[in-house]
Amino acid sequence: MHILVHPVITPLPKLLVGCVALLLGWGAVGVAGLLRPRSVRLAGRVLFPLGALIGFALAALAVTSLLGGGIERMVLPIGLPGLPAHLRLDPLSSVFLALLGATAGGISLFAGGYFRAGQGTAPGLLGLQYHLFLASMGWVLIAADAYSFLLAWEAMALTSYFLVVTEHRRAEIRRAGLIYLLMAHVGALAILLAFGVMHGSGPFTFHAMRAAHLSAGWAAAAFLLALAGFGAKAGLVPLHVWLPEAHPAAPSPVSALMSGVMLKTAVYGMLRVALDLLGPPVWWWGLVPLALGLFTILYGALFAAVQTDMKRLLAYSSVENIGVIFTGIGLTIVFAGSGMPAVAALALLATLYHCLNHAMMKSLLFLGTGAVLHATGERNLGRLGGLIHRMPWVAWLTLIGTLAIAGLPPLNGFVSEWLLLQSFLFGDQVPHTFVNLLIPMGMAVVVLGAALAGYVMVKFYGVIFLGRPREAALEHAHDCGWLERIGLAWLALGCLALGLLPVQVIGALGRVSAQLVGAVVPQASAHGWLLAPVPGRPVSYGPAVLLTATVAVVLLTVLVVRLFFPQRVRRVSAWDCGFGALTPRMQDTAEGFGQPIRHLFQPFFEMQRELPAPGDSAPRYRIAIRERIWTLAYEPLCAAIDGLANIAARVQQGRISVYLLYSFVTLLVLLAVALLS
Amino acid sequence: MTHLPLDQQLLDTCAALLLLLSFAMLSQRRIVTLVNLYALQGAVLAAATLLLAWRTGEDHLYLSAALTLALKVALLPWLLHRLIRRLDVYWDTEPLLNVTGTMLAGLVIVVFAFALAQPITRLASTATRSAVGIAVSVVLLAFLMMITRRKAMSQVIGFLSMENGVFFGAMSASYGMPMVVELGVALDVLVAVLVLGVFFFQIRERFESLDLHHLESLKEHD
Amino acid sequence: MNAVAWLTQGLEAVVALAAAPALLGWVNQCRAWLQNRRAPSLWQPYGTLRKLLHKEVLIAENASPLFRLAPYVTFGAMVLAAGIIPSMGTRLPLVASADAIALVGLFAAARMFMALAAMDVGTAFGTLGARREMMVGFLAEPALLMVILVASLTSSSTALPAITEALVSGHLGLSPSLAFSAVAFILVLLAENARIPVDNPATHLELTMIHEATLLEYSGRHLALMEWAAQLKLFNYVCIGFALFLPWGVAVGRIGPVGLLVAAPALALKLTAAGAGLALIETLSAKMRVMRIPEFLATAFLFAVLGLLVHVLLGA
Repeated sequence: MHILVHPVITPLPKLLVGCVALLLGWGAVGVAGLLRPRSVRLAGRVLFPLGALIGFALAALAVTSLLGGGIERMVLPIGLPGLPAHLRLDPLSSVFLALLGATAGGISLFAGGYFRAGQGTAPGLLGLQYHLFLASMGWVLIAADAYSFLLAWEAMALTSYFLVVTEHRRAEIRRAGLIYLLMAHVGALAILLAFGVMHGSGPFTFHAMRAAHLSAGWAAAAFLLALAGFGAKAGLVPLHVWLPEAHPAAPSPVSALMSGVMLKTAVYGMLRVALDLLGPPVWWWGLVPLALGLFTILYGALFAAVQTDMKRLLAYSSVENIGVIFTGIGLTIVFAGSGMPAVAALALLATLYHCLNHAMMKSLLFLGTGAVLHATGERNLGRLGGLIHRMPWVAWLTLIGTLAIAGLPPLNGFVSEWLLLQSFLFGDQVPHTFVNLLIPMGMAVVVLGAALAGYVMVKFYGVIFLGRPREAALEHAHDCGWLERIGLAWLALGCLALGLLPVQVIGALGRVSAQLVGAVVPQASAHGWLLAPVPGRPVSYGPAVLLTATVAVVLLTVLVVRLFFPQRVRRVSAWDCGFGALTPRMQDTAEGFGQPIRHLFQPFFEMQRELPAPGDSAPRYRIAIRERIWTLAYEPLCAAIDGLANIAARVQQGRISVYLLYSFVTLLVLLAVALLS
Repeated sequence: MTHLPLDQQLLDTCAALLLLLSFAMLSQRRIVTLVNLYALQGAVLAAATLLLAWRTGEDHLYLSAALTLALKVALLPWLLHRLIRRLDVYWDTEPLLNVTGTMLAGLVIVVFAFALAQPITRLASTATRSAVGIAVSVVLLAFLMMITRRKAMSQVIGFLSMENGVFFGAMSASYGMPMVVELGVALDVLVAVLVLGVFFFQIRERFESLDLHHLESLKEHD
Repeated sequence: MNAVAWLTQGLEAVVALAAAPALLGWVNQCRAWLQNRRAPSLWQPYGTLRKLLHKEVLIAENASPLFRLAPYVTFGAMVLAAGIIPSMGTRLPLVASADAIALVGLFAAARMFMALAAMDVGTAFGTLGARREMMVGFLAEPALLMVILVASLTSSSTALPAITEALVSGHLGLSPSLAFSAVAFILVLLAENARIPVDNPATHLELTMIHEATLLEYSGRHLALMEWAAQLKLFNYVCIGFALFLPWGVAVGRIGPVGLLVAAPALALKLTAAGAGLALIETLSAKMRVMRIPEFLATAFLFAVLGLLVHVLLGA
């Protein structure tokens, strides 16, 4: 099954040069915004659409590179003296660049219509941050030495921080930004250490790291450090705490970009380190991301189910999806380390596919909430409802994302879930006792998470778009503008395409599996339309056929029913069991819809309930849900650090003579050491 | 897929059924149903014993199958049913740990039991890992049931189910215990149920309930 | 070959469409007998469907197009599912494009559309029904999938026909894990089809109803399609049960329409027995409180997981 890839190094790295040019183009578009920073027209009508075009071009370029399957290298003499920037474009980078370009293109189009004047940061400045953010993410993906990687990584963290605190006049947004910045830096520190371990004694290029031979202990340490660092960026439990704070705080296109694309750069980093830089992985490494990923799935899904803020709900849903992706990474490593490259390739494909899917559908959903937020000014699910009548474009396009993320065939969410389950089914063949027993059990968690995602999405969509408006003000909600519609439609189209053309997508992704685990999966059955990627098993899935059959059956039913039973349709007021005094407030709120989950998984949540007393004149019901992880881990940790800082603060006396004494003692000690050695 | 001989397959199925019934007991709140499940477990045990007897040709296993049938399928359930009617306890109250939690704990226990079975299997030549693993699981699951229930009746049934597990383990590990031991155990169980029955009446007389948390008031220091 | 194959495929779906109301009628009949009531006719469900189809359609003023689309999607998904499940023949063309996981996905899609449609009108009962329906679904669906995946582990394929063929050919022998799966499956079947311990199809009592609450706003042909879809769902579930646990009588290998019809009597026989069994279970059990349902379903899910555990433990 082993297929060795001989790296094809073209003399002139055309595609890579193109890539760099496009990234610089993003930077230029950003800078151009500074010409007239207050102009909404310039930013919205010119710059953001231009950024979108660059995104599409980048995606096209990346796909070309992926299909070509070659590897291009380049050294740019920028950066510190003696430390030029190494760049590299290989299949793994290409996949993520394509993801970045295609998703950012849709989001930029939407953003062109979204940002208005008078909301915190000026549009021109916002455009600069936004495009630098895009460019830095692209740079992360092509960087081939630790120095430029980390530089781009930090630039990404900083620009996204500024974007998160766009509405910096509100205290809770500043707080969310601070938590985000803090976690980003803790993560970056871990990555820095991981690179420090990996480079051994050579230079900090990725090329040298591949060649370095680490001892088993150091390799494991590097792996775990990288997992901590990239896990913090991706939102792996327990390092996810910044995610539900930062995503709702940011403007919607930024949330979409962060959730859809930025989290994936962390996945890219993880794959790069674990499967490329560290050499052949050891199987037990995979168990850590596998276990954490499975836990993250459940955790994210449960918390998503009880949220009342629509963007927080989506943020937790992102946590869940990151869980799915890391589960896939874990499986890939376990299989690759156990001498099952073909199955590892399958698991890797599921991982990559889910990255693409999640980028498309989560961006779509975040943009949908952005449109709703703009139209109504409400993020609280309890004050929305019935928007499908007022905002049909947003509602119907968001429906596609909703169904996709719930994992329903024939949309894209289902494909990656299907691939993941298929690779799980090989879990009992792993040649390690107990592991071969526990891996199939993980399947139960994945399945449960998928079903919970369905629950969450019915709540999300039903409460926002369906039913009757819960507030009178919602009657005036308006649909979004045409740029926003194009952006949404592009992402919805992405969901459909990824759902209906898995054979082609898998074919293209096969280059990555060949590069990383040295195997490809068979992609299609004899008919060519059916996806049959499972090595050695007669299993296939044909979404196009399935969709055609469904549409045919539905059309036939409509036809037959209309033809033979053409009874007229009359509009009347809702029946509701004959209960007359129906008000919109009697619909389930978000709290109500989450009640079964709250009840069932009570120990998971930290709940504060305010119940109305009997005979209350103004009865009020309130429930606040917090993660236990704050009280159990983060608050004690903060308190401990505070305590340590206080002890350290005693050194600071404020008197010059004491400080001089410190210097004097230090000098003496150093001299003594020099004397003795 | 390895092809085991048919009798081995049947035995494995019996073992799986025993485990299934243990879990069914774990998930059941109605005491009447618990007794029925216990009787069913006895029947499966008798069938497994019979199967083993037929396979090994050991005569005393036939005897113990008959004993199992008489005692665990007929006599004890009948006694227990009578006890339930007389004491009027048809339902257990809410268990200490909810059913889902208990079953999750049960899952972990099964994994643990199979880990435990590995070395035992190496010692005994006749036993398969699955049989010993399941026997240990049944014992531990019964223990779990006793821990999580409040009513004394459910605990007695748990105790009896635990004995089923021990019996199955002994049978599969060494083709049954010596007849003397087996008879002794059978007698023990019978006597235990009778004594406990008397005991229940005493508890109810004293506290007007069979809920065991009343016994907590018996401790000296408060 | 293709035309014949698709014809056979269509035939299987049509047989399911035709037989589904009768299965429900049969279950109702058995239940009535067991409860010492006079039984309704076996053909009662057909009459109800006919009546509903001929009625005028009343739609709430604020219903969106989604509300009108949902019955067709739900119905279509169930018909398609009937085509995928090997109730009579295993080698049918549609099966290649949808395995058992896709089948569960189809069920999920139907459920999701139904729940969304129930929320669409914005009545108290509608949202209540949607919430409860999803509550049942988020536990029942994984339980069903686990049951199927355990069987897939045994036969190394997630395609239902492959599982059935492996069972029919007897390569696998007795699989102890099937006992666990069967228990889990029966619990899921009861819950998913709104049968008695979980839901009572015969009442509209707000404290207890689940499935009916989602249909309250439907009338006329829309309601007929929803009802028919529910009957098809029951039929489909029973047939999944046959495919996993009682595959005998299914035509294995390539067959034409005639071969399919040869397998029909066996199916009818199995359906009769299953319907009677279902009625017996429903008669013997009592409706449980709504908040007990998650526990019931969690038990089902854990039984399925146990099946997996036993499979891996005993198989290894």
